[in-house]
Amino acid sequence: MQHKSVMTSGLDPWRRLSSLIAQCSLLVGVMSLGADAVAQFNAVGPGWLQPHERRSGLAFKSEDLQNQQNDDAINPGFLWVDQGAKLWSESPSPQAPSCQSCHLSAPISMKGVALKYPLWNAREKRLINLDKRINECRVKKQHAQAFPYESDEMLALSSWITLASRGMKLENSIDPSLVPAFERGKAFYEKRIGQNNLSCAHCHTAHFGQRLGGEIISQGQPHAYPAYRLEWQKMGSLQRRLRACLSGVKAAILPFGSEELLELEVYLNFRGQGLRLESPGVRR
Amino acid sequence: MKTLRPSKRELLQSALALLAVVASPFRARAQNTEGQSEEFQKLLLSLTQGVKLKEGKIQISMPRLADNGHSVPLKLSIDSPMSQEDHVKTLVILSPRNPRPLVAKMNFSPRNTKLNMATRVRLNGSQSLWVLAQMSDLTWYAKSAEVEVTESACLDAS
Amino acid sequence: MGARILIPPSPKAGDVIDIRILIQHPMETGFRHELSGSAVPKNVIRQLKLDFNGQLLLDAELGTGTAANPFLQFQTQLFESGWFTLSWVDDLGVEGTERVQCNTRAS
Repeated sequence: MQHKSVMTSGLDPWRRLSSLIAQCSLLVGVMSLGADAVAQFNAVGPGWLQPHERRSGLAFKSEDLQNQQNDDAINPGFLWVDQGAKLWSESPSPQAPSCQSCHLSAPISMKGVALKYPLWNAREKRLINLDKRINECRVKKQHAQAFPYESDEMLALSSWITLASRGMKLENSIDPSLVPAFERGKAFYEKRIGQNNLSCAHCHTAHFGQRLGGEIISQGQPHAYPAYRLEWQKMGSLQRRLRACLSGVKAAILPFGSEELLELEVYLNFRGQGLRLESPGVRR
Repeated sequence: MKTLRPSKRELLQSALALLAVVASPFRARAQNTEGQSEEFQKLLLSLTQGVKLKEGKIQISMPRLADNGHSVPLKLSIDSPMSQEDHVKTLVILSPRNPRPLVAKMNFSPRNTKLNMATRVRLNGSQSLWVLAQMSDLTWYAKSAEVEVTESACLDAS
Repeated sequence: MGARILIPPSPKAGDVIDIRILIQHPMETGFRHELSGSAVPKNVIRQLKLDFNGQLLLDAELGTGTAANPFLQFQTQLFESGWFTLSWVDDLGVEGTERVQCNTRAS
């Protein structure tokens, strides 16, 4: 399948100019901080949003949906959070430690943890997200079977751990080890894919706030996941949401845990920096 | 030059507008089951045993356009003292266009003190949601509310 | 399958309170199909009961028209401390129960 790069097609001239200026100033800014302090890379492109433009997906949703997310008592995501809290304190087998035995109270020990992922595993030369990290602990430390991706248990533990970071801002720097992954994620975001021949940038950067069918397009920000999506009738991960978009443009749906999806996550987390974590979110 | 007398076109437009308001689906049509399928009419009959459906007492609050048909918030309140002599016995929620129109049936008693309820329903397409309430004197009240339900913009095969 | 019963933290005796129930259940309609093409069998919570100190407050028959992970909110007046007990049964006969204690304070 041939992929055309998006370049700035679909963006108006003023956006292109401001994008170019931002590109230059960010590049200069990054270089002036020195190679040791911050990784050198170019984040700005057709997918980029200026800090003042960044909005949570919740801002594009109805009042009903906003109320559902903002009230813990009626947010269905909390059913998974509760399940996660229980799993946290349970041992998978009599000899095995529970998460709590090592990590004690999750709201304290897991604060800020979800925001650090995905990370680059230098030894295995692959990215690792929170789900993979949970499974690593489960297999190596708890001697139990890994949870399948998107299983209720996986989502429960992931939601419980992510809750500890609720309200915290997405990280403002990219570790040098993550730069290659970031750049591949960025290229994916800007690339036309699928039978609909659309890139993520076409909808979520060029047309956010406008309507697609009966729905208002959001910016595609990652900070509310894991989220309860009404369409799924259950909790789901960011990866599931990305897969839903891939099926939406009729592109090949990448498998859970694939490197491409994780690279996209790295890019999205940086693109959305400054937004505060909202998980467990509620979305359409 | 504009004349003071309305033209034929303006008169026709006003008449049509008035007709639209009068026939507007926003008006409560609690006791009027015309336009509903035969199956739905039969269901209503089996529930109410032919007792006439009265207007009033029930207030429904639902979004006019649902975010997603899988989960549509519904708020209800019924004006009833919920006393031993006068209370809501049974509440029935119906969705005529769903494959199984009976959404929920709930029994209440004076212990409930006030009938303000909320839940989330599944709607299989745009329709009027019906709420029926049977009082302790065995009279039935009914109210409906229209909700638009659209398909999701993107196919989700995640 | 978990559930939450949420009540105000310390209501006064005589207060009319909101009780909010959330139950984790897929409420499968029987009309949903897996990607393989096979239909997922119907399984919904068909009966739900909530009582307070043994007195029935809510007796509900639900169906496929109730959204997944059922949510119900209603009111009652509290005159004493006690236990709310929620119990439900689904099409497969699986029963669930959840309890929460409510302590009223003097008005």
